[in-house]
Amino acid sequence: MAADTPMKGRRRDVLALALAGGSGLLPLLPPGAAQAQMPTAPPPLGSGYALLVPKATQGAPVRAGRVTVDAPTLADNGHSVPVRIVVQSAMQPDDHVRSITLLSDRNPRPVIMKAWLGPRAGRAELATRVRLNGTQRILALAEMSDGTWWSGEADVVVTESACLDGS
Amino acid sequence: MVARVRIPDVVRRGQPFDVRIAIQHVMETGFRFDDSGRTIARNVIHTLVARYDGVEVYRAELGSGIAANPYLQFWITAPASGVLELSWIDDAGVAGSERVPVTVRD
Repeated sequence: MAADTPMKGRRRDVLALALAGGSGLLPLLPPGAAQAQMPTAPPPLGSGYALLVPKATQGAPVRAGRVTVDAPTLADNGHSVPVRIVVQSAMQPDDHVRSITLLSDRNPRPVIMKAWLGPRAGRAELATRVRLNGTQRILALAEMSDGTWWSGEADVVVTESACLDGS
Repeated sequence: MVARVRIPDVVRRGQPFDVRIAIQHVMETGFRFDDSGRTIARNVIHTLVARYDGVEVYRAELGSGIAANPYLQFWITAPASGVLELSWIDDAGVAGSERVPVTVRD
């Protein structure tokens, strides 16, 4: 069709202009600018807990174990991620879990929740739904009646962060 | 505030049973902005307490990391029939509570 010819010509012109403009602009950028705009690699999972855990336990030493954190390996949506924490404990008056703390090293407020329970709980277990700001390792701390602290963790890949809309 | 509390149909004496509560609440984080660019003030349910016949059996401090319409599950034991009272309060000072009668069977 005759009407196609000028259209095609115009499109080629525009492309040529864009290419010329692009190649003309590139030398203006300082060397290394392209690399500088590349996203930097995220810090290794759980690296933030070196500072957060002593704050939560007031300096008490923490041993890994006795705490199980159950969370989905992949969460499509960081707005509501189901999390279950189970602590191995007899839950007797002389040997029970005093408190459970759930931490996130990538959320703007690292303490997600803290729960106090006692021998009356009968079972050291809790479940809730949390917001997660991106892929991370969540960590739970349990304080026993004898004063010892134990920890457990779970890695969650979050496809859509809860903080994308600024929330 | 609308809340739903569920406990098992049968509660055995001295046996742990789970309490599940879901509260209708925005759990506003304080990190969002309204249409005119002003920060929306933080408003989360920061404390929830469970008492059984007046004795505190569970307490939770929540933050903005808890999803909207918070859901919590926890365990308690009942030595005898009584009333489980759950109460909570948010940053705006709005408090809510629910009373659930518990009948213990041997």
